[in-house]
Amino acid sequence: MVKAYKSKNNVKNPKTVSINNLSHFYGKNENKKQVLNEVNLDIDKGELVLLKGPSGCGKTTLLTLIGALRTCQSGDLTVLNNQLNGASRKTRQILRRSIGMIFQGHNLLRCLTAEQNVQMGADLIKGLTYLQRREIARNWLSAVGLEEHHKKLPNDLSGGQKQRVAIARALSANPKLLLADEPTSALDSVTGREIVTLLRKLAKEQNCSVLMVTHDPRISDMSDRILNMEDGKIYGAHSELI
Amino acid sequence: MNFSFLKFRKIPLAWLLLTRQPLRLAVAIAGISFAGILMFMQLGFRDGLFDTSVTIHKLLDADLVLISPRSKSSISMSGFPKRRLIQTLAVEDVEKTTPVNLNYLLWRNPENLKTRSILALGFNPSDSLLLDKGFSKKAYKLRNPSRVLFDKLSRPEFGPIEEWFLSEKKVETEVAGKRVIVEGLVELGPSFGADGNLITSRETFLRLFPANPPGSIEIGLVKLKKGSDPQLISRILNNSLPNDVRVLTKNQFIEFEKNYWKNSTAIGFIFSLGALMGFVVGCVVVYQILYSDVTDHLPEYATLLAMGYRLKSLFFVVAREGFLLALFGYLPAYFSGQILYSVIRSSTKLPIIMDADKTTLIFVLVLVMCMGSAAVAMRKLVDADPAEIF
Repeated sequence: MVKAYKSKNNVKNPKTVSINNLSHFYGKNENKKQVLNEVNLDIDKGELVLLKGPSGCGKTTLLTLIGALRTCQSGDLTVLNNQLNGASRKTRQILRRSIGMIFQGHNLLRCLTAEQNVQMGADLIKGLTYLQRREIARNWLSAVGLEEHHKKLPNDLSGGQKQRVAIARALSANPKLLLADEPTSALDSVTGREIVTLLRKLAKEQNCSVLMVTHDPRISDMSDRILNMEDGKIYGAHSELI
Repeated sequence: MNFSFLKFRKIPLAWLLLTRQPLRLAVAIAGISFAGILMFMQLGFRDGLFDTSVTIHKLLDADLVLISPRSKSSISMSGFPKRRLIQTLAVEDVEKTTPVNLNYLLWRNPENLKTRSILALGFNPSDSLLLDKGFSKKAYKLRNPSRVLFDKLSRPEFGPIEEWFLSEKKVETEVAGKRVIVEGLVELGPSFGADGNLITSRETFLRLFPANPPGSIEIGLVKLKKGSDPQLISRILNNSLPNDVRVLTKNQFIEFEKNYWKNSTAIGFIFSLGALMGFVVGCVVVYQILYSDVTDHLPEYATLLAMGYRLKSLFFVVAREGFLLALFGYLPAYFSGQILYSVIRSSTKLPIIMDADKTTLIFVLVLVMCMGSAAVAMRKLVDADPAEIF
């Protein structure tokens, strides 16, 4: 059983993510290209949302804006009660500690073992001792089925195992919002469903919202909502319940 | 028991990043060590030069030293009238004086008959010359003409003088083309200016170097009465004596010699420049290693930024890498330096020693080198864009 340690963030707004008329552009002058076109979206606490759409439609840009990785250019973007339009670098950095991110490319630190990689997430939780943080890491590693591989370096793990380590790392920081980019693409269908089941369980138990970019049809039935994105716009943001 | 320190314990990321590629780490350590050794050698030679240039100065039994204002250093001494030294006795605080002649003469190696320049000191054997208490017994033997005391620390090119003397073999050779007999051994030590030294009586000195006027000396040693202030007496004598002589305290005389090597020759500059080159080489090596390390791990650093780590935390990781490199690069340099100093000491007889000043200075230089390079490499960290990792 994974122990949950309370983070300092107290979310008063029922919405984890609230987006109003969010637009985003790349380039300047004649090279300026709009990638998000007045996007509106709300994600509730504990909700698991899938985001689908063709390549280049703006999914990743939306994910990076919600993840406070980019500065917001136009519109309102509130994440975990933080208005990100005009937010300082420091505000965004602190907010990111409450957001778990699972990358398609794993992005594990090659010099760290699986356990240490996961612990890098737990290290962001304040007030815990080294041993407590290590315990969290071990628990999450165990939760994703990699207990026996905790001493292995990323190079000694398969693609699926790496992805599970990345998931455990994202979860170990006790996030309130989880952003995932194709988290099941490297996993077989059984493991993929196990992982999404785990994410769904987390979402419900800890009120952690999950926004997942995926093309994997095997997990569509496990989400609360599916959003379709095309040409920088979201369709079915508020209505299309599964 | 309080384990609160465990709160601050973290995964040793800097260490793990460095040791992930052992070959690269080994190259980095070798590069830093090489730079450290280069600095140890250059500063060792420089300090050795300054120290050996005053080896004899330190051994002289004097509170004040009279020299000619035209003298530039022990390798370029001018004479002044001996009577100036006698005039110092008019000052009540002056206890005794010793006139000393000093010049370079040609010594013939009695084994292979080759000649080599040697620094010769001439003084009255009944006077006090060196601080060594046992020296007066040896000096007594110089009362006979053509007798010399040979510095056993002189370079071996002067011949196996010590070995022959200790085997009670009569050691006879030529100095400035005139026959001399070695009557004893002293321990002075060679310098950059002189590979060897000999001490003789003024009488023998003037016979070996007849061009030297009998009334002229190169150094005048003045011993003051106990409790006298050398600074004060030096001022009094400088005011009362004519301008053809200069009165220095012993420390000023030592500084006078050191300053010559520091300021009037290129030697001090060359060795300092050599040390600087070592520093620059080290900076380039460390910078290359840390820069490529940061570049290699840029996606990982971006991931950490995306997770909420501060850029400052990542700067500390690179800084710690720099510190570890400094530590691991310095230790082999220190031990190699010890070995090389020992080899140089035994082959050149130069007193190159690993003193605390040098050890600290070079550690600080290596640290500055590594931390400075780390600071420059950190600029690359700013390129780590967490938005690019999705």
